[in-house]
Amino acid sequence: MKQSTTFRTLFAGVAAAAISAGAWADQTLLNVSYDPTRELYQEFNAEFAKHWKASTGETVTLKQSHGGSGKQARSVIDGLEADVVTLALAYDIDEIAELANKLPKDWQKAFPNNSAPYTSTIVFLVRKGNPKGIKDWNDLVKPGVEVITPNPKTSGGARWNYLAAWGYALKKNGNDEAKARDFVAKLFKQVPVLDSGARGSTNTFVQRGIGDVLLAWENEALLSINELGPDKFEIIAPSLSILAEPPVAIVEGVAKKHGTEKLAKAYLDYLYSPVGQKIAAKNYYRPRQPEHADKADLARFPKLDLITIDGAFGGWQKTQKAHFSDGGIFDQIYAPSSK
Amino acid sequence: MATAATLRRSVDPAARFEARSATREAPWVKRTLLAVALSFFALFLLMPLIAVFIEALRKGWETYFTALIEPDALASIRLTLLAAGIAVPLNLVFGVSAAWAIAKFEFRGKHFLITLIDLPFSVSPVIAGLVYILMFGAHGWFGPWLNEHDIRIVFAVPGIVLATIFVTFPFVARELIPLMQAQGREEEEAAIVLGANGWRTFWHVTLPNIRWGLLYGVILCNARAMGEFGAVSVVSGHIRGETNTMPLQVEILYNEYQFAAAFAVASLLALLALVTLGIKSWVEHNAARSGPAAQDEATAS
Repeated sequence: MKQSTTFRTLFAGVAAAAISAGAWADQTLLNVSYDPTRELYQEFNAEFAKHWKASTGETVTLKQSHGGSGKQARSVIDGLEADVVTLALAYDIDEIAELANKLPKDWQKAFPNNSAPYTSTIVFLVRKGNPKGIKDWNDLVKPGVEVITPNPKTSGGARWNYLAAWGYALKKNGNDEAKARDFVAKLFKQVPVLDSGARGSTNTFVQRGIGDVLLAWENEALLSINELGPDKFEIIAPSLSILAEPPVAIVEGVAKKHGTEKLAKAYLDYLYSPVGQKIAAKNYYRPRQPEHADKADLARFPKLDLITIDGAFGGWQKTQKAHFSDGGIFDQIYAPSSK
Repeated sequence: MATAATLRRSVDPAARFEARSATREAPWVKRTLLAVALSFFALFLLMPLIAVFIEALRKGWETYFTALIEPDALASIRLTLLAAGIAVPLNLVFGVSAAWAIAKFEFRGKHFLITLIDLPFSVSPVIAGLVYILMFGAHGWFGPWLNEHDIRIVFAVPGIVLATIFVTFPFVARELIPLMQAQGREEEEAAIVLGANGWRTFWHVTLPNIRWGLLYGVILCNARAMGEFGAVSVVSGHIRGETNTMPLQVEILYNEYQFAAAFAVASLLALLALVTLGIKSWVEHNAARSGPAAQDEATAS
């Protein structure tokens, strides 16, 4: 008797699991995103749900998943059913197009501005008062300066960090590739911990108190100052940095299967709307149309000389292959044992 | 047999050791060892545990409860309970069958089976998770078939349940195998000779003998099922309010600078662990009492 109850409970449990897994109402949208956008999409999703309700009368449930950009792309390739992806760099979405065949190869043309509704850049976060006197990239390789950055192999943000440093060295040395390589190699010798994602590095620097300077997404740096106290850290804008374009895309294969194509399109379009742009700026991303953002929010972004991935490096595909693939330049210059 | 049992019950070996001057240690040795053990305990176990509760309540009870009834947190609690609720009974059935097969039958490959049961203990949980991705992921062995039939395993609740089952696999079996082997099959044989059928023998002879070991295994299994992080993290997909278990929710909250909320969920997990430990020592206490007593009875009759 007891036995049969156990089995019945068991069966009910399995059935409940199956039902809850299959219970995707058609008005559910899953946005698979990268680490630092958590706060941005929390606010944006609430606004979009209101907007969708007002314009169509339908209730929409918006689900989020966050993690390192490369890891998230991997999950989508392995079958995580994202209707839309909003990742740290175009290469990760290229990978999904390449390996999972769920969106067209020219996905980046589907939305304006290279499908990046907001941009960011790389800045330095230092401890209050800037005790090591860090002003620009060349200060990072001075003896005794500890630099915190995540691992370029796994983190999108870290790849932007690496390329910004490379771009600076190129400019300083009259486009001498060998000198740029030496500079970046020297820089990574000053890194005591390589975390796998941007949020992990921020926690290393901010919570665990390791390192003198954090190379960070501008939005991540601004957020940590705001969350953890402006009395503890300050932002340093280097003389040159890189324009980071975190792109968005509809994963067409999945959206078609879920019947969410229209919703997904409207969702990503709304990022470009005045409301979306304002929310992006409020959450420390540089809006494409600054006229829609609050003046006070815009004032937080320092003026910077920015290079682009297409202009300085010839696009993500080429850069990824040369620098970050197995046996690429990063693998050659970074040998943890030699420290 | 009876004397050994009585001795075990009446005189603790440590007390006997202390009572005799020949084996008694110098007081400073005793005190140093005690101090070392206790300070390690306080430093590495007690303090972090207290810290969890202090951090959780730093912003007051109201924030604490708000954090726990927040929809995503509630969803994670539900999912954790569901995963444990499925994994533990399955383990119970598997553990009893495996232990029964190993202890009461002879067959080829028995040692191999025992080794296999231990596999989840030796394999890193991350591997356990990846195995399921390789099997059920979009490009895995069964991926295309699952996709055609619109069945989701990984990045959904079934994947989490599977991963939980994998890592908790050995707990019940491991507890029961030595116990059932030590008991042998005489009592079952007697019952069958006296005319009891298989089920009756199981209910009235085997189960009473193994019940404490079984309960102990179930408790350990439950603790692990609720606390598992690695394997579940790999197959979860981290969809908010859907595929995050409590340990994953703690990580998310912590990474979002919501420290009070993170520690609130963590404290609930710790509380579950403490309750589990409490039940565990109660079980041990009862098992120790009923074990020798049962033996006395057996020898007396």
